[in-house]
Amino acid sequence: MILTKVQYDEIAQCLVSVPPTRQSLRKLKQRFPSQSQATLLSIFSQEYQKHIKRTHAKHHTSEAIESYYQRYLNGVGRNGAAPVLLELANEVDYAPSLMARIILERFLQEHEETPPSKSVINSMLRDPSQIPDGVLANQVYQCIVNDCCYGPLVDCIKHAIGHEHEVLLRDMLLEKNLSFLDEDQLRAKGYDKTPDFILQVPVVMLCPLAVEGHIIHWIESKASFGDECSHHAYLHDQFWSYWNRFGPGLVIYWYGFIQELDCNRERGILLKACFPTDIVTLCHSVPCP
Amino acid sequence: MAAVLESLLREEVSVAAAVRWIARSAQSSEDDPGEVAALSSLRPLRKEFVPFLLNFLREQSSRVLPQGPPTPAKAPGSSAALPGRPGGPPRGGRGARSQLFPPTESSSAAAAEAPSARGGRRRGPGPGRERGGRGPGGLEEGVGGESQPWAGGRRPRGSGSPGSPSLARCDPPNLSNLEEFPPVGSVPPGPAGTKPSRRINPTPVSEERSLSKPKTCFTSPPINCVPSSQPSVLDTSPWGHGLPPGCRSLQEEREMLRKERSKQLQQSPTPTCPTSESGSPLPSRTGNLTAEPADPARVSSRQRLELIALIYSSCIAENLVPNLFLELFFVLQLLTARRMVTTKDSDLEPTPGAPDSLESPLFQSVHDCVFFAVQVLEHQFQVLSYLDKGTLKLLAENERLLCFSPALQGRLRAAYEGSVAKVSLAMPPSAQAVSFQPETDNRANFSSDRAFHTFKKQRDVFFEVLREWEDRHEEPGWDFEKGLGSRIRAMMGQLSAACSHSHFVRLFQKQLLQMCQSPGGPGGTVLGEAPDVLSMLGADKLGRLRRLQERLVAPQSSGGPCPPPTFPGCQGFFRDFILSASSFQFNQHLMDSLSLKIRELNSLALPQPEPSDEDGESDVDWQGERRQFAMVLLSLRLLAKFLGFVAFLPYRGPEPPPTRELQDSILALRSQVPPALDVRALLQQGLRARRAVLTVPWLVEFLSLADHIVPLLDYYRSVFTVLLHLHRSLVLSKESEGEMCFLNKLLLLAVLGWLFQIPTVPEDLFFLEEGQLDALEVDTVASDHGLDGMPVVDQHLLYTCCPYIGELRKLLASWVSGSSGRSGGFVRKITPTTTTTGLGAQPPRATQGLQAQLAQAFFHNQPPSLRRTVEFVAERIGSNCVKHIKATLVADLVRQAESLLQEQLLTQGQDGGDPAQLLEILCSQLCPHGAQALTRGREFCQKKSPGAIRALLPEETPAAVLSSAENIAVGLATEKACAWLSANITALIRREVKAAVSRTLRAQGPEAAARGERRGCSRACEHHAPLPSHLISEIKDVLSLAVGPRDPEEGVSPDHLEQLLGQLGQTLQCRQFLCPPAEQHLAKCSVDLASLLVADHIPVLGPPAPRGLERGQARRLLHVLLSLWKDDFQVPVPLQLLLSPRNVGLLADTRPREWDLLLFLLRELVEKGLMGRTEIEACLGSLRDAQWPKDFSEELATLFHLFLAEPHMPEPQLRACELVQTNRGTVVAQS
Repeated sequence: MILTKVQYDEIAQCLVSVPPTRQSLRKLKQRFPSQSQATLLSIFSQEYQKHIKRTHAKHHTSEAIESYYQRYLNGVGRNGAAPVLLELANEVDYAPSLMARIILERFLQEHEETPPSKSVINSMLRDPSQIPDGVLANQVYQCIVNDCCYGPLVDCIKHAIGHEHEVLLRDMLLEKNLSFLDEDQLRAKGYDKTPDFILQVPVVMLCPLAVEGHIIHWIESKASFGDECSHHAYLHDQFWSYWNRFGPGLVIYWYGFIQELDCNRERGILLKACFPTDIVTLCHSVPCP
Repeated sequence: MAAVLESLLREEVSVAAAVRWIARSAQSSEDDPGEVAALSSLRPLRKEFVPFLLNFLREQSSRVLPQGPPTPAKAPGSSAALPGRPGGPPRGGRGARSQLFPPTESSSAAAAEAPSARGGRRRGPGPGRERGGRGPGGLEEGVGGESQPWAGGRRPRGSGSPGSPSLARCDPPNLSNLEEFPPVGSVPPGPAGTKPSRRINPTPVSEERSLSKPKTCFTSPPINCVPSSQPSVLDTSPWGHGLPPGCRSLQEEREMLRKERSKQLQQSPTPTCPTSESGSPLPSRTGNLTAEPADPARVSSRQRLELIALIYSSCIAENLVPNLFLELFFVLQLLTARRMVTTKDSDLEPTPGAPDSLESPLFQSVHDCVFFAVQVLEHQFQVLSYLDKGTLKLLAENERLLCFSPALQGRLRAAYEGSVAKVSLAMPPSAQAVSFQPETDNRANFSSDRAFHTFKKQRDVFFEVLREWEDRHEEPGWDFEKGLGSRIRAMMGQLSAACSHSHFVRLFQKQLLQMCQSPGGPGGTVLGEAPDVLSMLGADKLGRLRRLQERLVAPQSSGGPCPPPTFPGCQGFFRDFILSASSFQFNQHLMDSLSLKIRELNSLALPQPEPSDEDGESDVDWQGERRQFAMVLLSLRLLAKFLGFVAFLPYRGPEPPPTRELQDSILALRSQVPPALDVRALLQQGLRARRAVLTVPWLVEFLSLADHIVPLLDYYRSVFTVLLHLHRSLVLSKESEGEMCFLNKLLLLAVLGWLFQIPTVPEDLFFLEEGQLDALEVDTVASDHGLDGMPVVDQHLLYTCCPYIGELRKLLASWVSGSSGRSGGFVRKITPTTTTTGLGAQPPRATQGLQAQLAQAFFHNQPPSLRRTVEFVAERIGSNCVKHIKATLVADLVRQAESLLQEQLLTQGQDGGDPAQLLEILCSQLCPHGAQALTRGREFCQKKSPGAIRALLPEETPAAVLSSAENIAVGLATEKACAWLSANITALIRREVKAAVSRTLRAQGPEAAARGERRGCSRACEHHAPLPSHLISEIKDVLSLAVGPRDPEEGVSPDHLEQLLGQLGQTLQCRQFLCPPAEQHLAKCSVDLASLLVADHIPVLGPPAPRGLERGQARRLLHVLLSLWKDDFQVPVPLQLLLSPRNVGLLADTRPREWDLLLFLLRELVEKGLMGRTEIEACLGSLRDAQWPKDFSEELATLFHLFLAEPHMPEPQLRACELVQTNRGTVVAQS
């Protein structure tokens, strides 16, 4: 699952302007049968998010919003049961859930006296039954269940995946008899930055072909694919901060990463796609080569 | 001055008397009356003698030392540092190598010597350069010295006028020393207004030069003689005027002598150019400057050289010279002189045995130089024997030395073989970051959340900047300020609160110590840092490669024997950071923090002497003691350097004030500013406690960064006076009871000598302060057994603190590499490293009662490691005791507080009243229990200390000693713990209870109530259930298929649906990976799925084309869902969504409408107690309010009636009215 930059670019190339639907995912899996589905989905999701970040602004001009809303109104006016909103999103190359949000916001502006708060909108997106307009509620729901990159359901899946991998990692640490402090314990102690796990006694991870082992003080679990963009953001917001406080550590990208990004090993940030197997703990001596 | 030397040479005065005369102003009874008489007339010149001697030697040697690194010398009286000479040459910024020394000046005095050949050459560099080129000139030069060792400067000096071409030709080109070859005695006797000009000669380029090994080809500039360059200001000494003309100054004497001789010479002119150019051939092919062989038989005037060597050595031995190692360097330069740059006339051969006047060149050949050098080295053998092994080896292998003094060579060789210490380069600094310590770094240590988070960000920015510096500072063209300046300032700008500044300064200082403390080894514990785990793992051998690399890329030269203060390596980062930050607050906090740490480390109790009988053990222990001392010393030096840097930063400039008036006004201003750290008091304290070996090295670092004004301030002047006195008193040959250890002295001499060469320290300071020295007696008798008397300094530390001593080795090495045909050295043996130490007695401590005295006495006769162990155990157990009390007693009390609070809340209702009041009630109930802490603490210490002591002391410790040690440890630990507990336990309980109260009150909130009790998975569970994320994803797919749009061939098989619900059941039962948000979404999705089932909206896959589910299948699936809702979900399931207009509306689209599944579901919900009847009724009621097609409304009404016809079950706990009000899908907890 560790891809070279070239392999990664090849996949990313196929994802340009692909809508985030079931069907797109199915095609992607057929195109790259050797890659794991989770890795593909993660890459797809990240690439799509990058695309959305780039184009976000143009969908949020007042002209754009107005034009989308009119098209929506016209569409449901003709046939309320047709997937108007979903098709609109795909047509303008925008995420269905985000399109649903735009239209919902616009709708509420028109029908409520006070502009809707963010929490109200979020709550309606989570549970479209709360949307006062039945047709819109169905349209929004359709967008959300059909969007595989954005929306409350996707957010929940991502959160669940992250949590599951933390649990997996915790089990592995317990199994290896490595004592640790987890995020909650660290937070309770008042740590300002909290990796998933800090090892109470550091370990050395041996790497094949390398002379030296790597000291590990902390482990961060990332249930995603480590691409350049997300890795750099994580480095800046998390990994270096951990290094600054706790010394060298390990990042596990469970869905793989771009090989070339693993360039801070000497500095003290190590990347892996699974739990390391060659671990030397303090009580054992370093095996002689 | 010359008269003194001459009278010595004439043996009118013995050397011993002369040295006594120089060293002390008062006469000694030992002095011969005749000598006294001879010298007393010269009394006023006493203090000028040493500078004169040094200058004399430098000058004399200047023709011999065209190559090799410089022997710098700072001449007193070079007035550049003094005000009042507007014409004085500017001195550049700090740091430049050449600025250590007074710039050379051409003055009227130099002009007066113009007739000399050298003067002429200097003024006419052109011809000299030509001849310096590759060609006959080189040959001629190579030959000259050898064939005509007496080719002194007599004839050419006399033969010409300045600028005469013949003179220029006569004096063979001095290839490389032009720039550093200063004019003799730059001080004019005439008016001070003479404009000095800096002689700048272009550096000649010759192949010889460019290929000779040492690239820095400088020679020794002479020390300028008298500080009379500024007669108006400084020449206030009584002997400044009215002296016999001959004593007035060297220049005048010399001038007169020269005039006399030039008259003689002019009468007998000889060919200006030497004819003996065809002597021994130069190995010019190699380009190496081959050394001329030195021959003891050809030394010209032994007696004179011996005498001067003796005087010189005596001056060195008495510390009358400013810098011991500088003189050694000079002597080694003489030893390794390659050839004489010489004039080659053989007239005026001196009469052997008749030491003539000074005007005859002292060194007439390389033989003379080597002879002189070896003589001096013989006198200085003791110092040499303490040099590092490499230097000793090079010295012992030096064939010249062997040739001139086999005895000395033998001693050096023996010293080399006996030398056990080796000097290794410092470990590469570890770029570990300062670790986060919750005790000092967590939120409780900050005034506000904002400050806490700001600091969090600052820490990250700081390290980001540091990393970037590490990566880029060696790139060409990278600039600290440009690259990082704005980021640093932006970060500093956020440090608004004073408290944040102190946090940041703590981080900064810790990181500084961590990165810049040079020596390696697991010695970091001194400063409270945990030992590096790497070294514990034994992985340090893996770092060897890195160290080797470090060694290979390390710069070869530290910048001569007297480098200016620099910030090497990582220190540069911290310096530049301070500069770029340019924050007044930061600097102030940093100074405060550095001062505090310096005081703390300076007064740290360091090794106690050890009874000398247990040599084996003491040896091991001394390694540790030394290491600890070294760590403290190096930390102190680093901190003091930065303190000096920051403290004097506002005043530092490249140049001293230009005028006397300006200087006076600055002095007046500065003298009222209190010093950043009372170094004078610390110095005096250190001397009194005989800890100079610890205090002086850091003080020197501090002072080395002072600005030009500092040494003139009364306060610092007195510090310098004390240091000068100390310097003088460190006579290496004195070895008596209570003397400082040799290497301790050597370290102090080295650092002080270095300090006296710093550009900002006035050149004359060393020679001028003498008068005041006599008045000052430092009382060092107070304590006989301080650190000074203990062998705390080893060679490694000496070389680490004074890397410039290594220049001696480099000089010798460059000689070896330059001389051809050398075989390997004579020694190949590797001696294992061990140390032997002398031991003293233990200082008595302040008495603290009889028991304390007894304990003191007990320790007195035990090895110090025992005491350390006991103190350590007591300290740790005491601290652990407090932690234990916190974790047990206090934690129990907190639990009690929580349960009391719960009761309170139950009796007083949800809000429980005012939290402050609640806290007071709880504390008044609980705090009295704190008294137990002392009893429990005592028990804890009693229980824990003996075991620790037993584990840490040697097995063989006698039982009585062991039990005493245990008892003392118990006592000390108890004392420590109880002192803390009795003072703090109440406050601690209060704090913890307060935190518990606010926690409980927060937990009382509405969200917490909804959380409820959660079950884990069963004990036998192996956690093989499908992952929640997978299930959500699968269900989402089904939902999206059901909602559409979908391709015609898409659909779900009933089996798949059943399987999915089965998996959902497993996941909900396992719970290992389930988190509440995931469960909530699963619950909601399951409700959505149920609605789609009810409305028959699930497209079923399979032949024929997609269709709805069989009714029976749908019922089965709904049954599964109902049981999941009832038994497995632990979060509230939003079942009311089943009756939301949107989900019920799904039915509206289906034709024919099937209501039976909905009715079935509603009945089951009531039956299973999942929803109350009234709740359903309310939902159905609100459904009727929605807009529906007419037929649908009617059917809905029918359903409503049908449902109402069911038998009614009372459900009092459900508040129907609330449900009706909140038609937006209130989440109702499962009953």
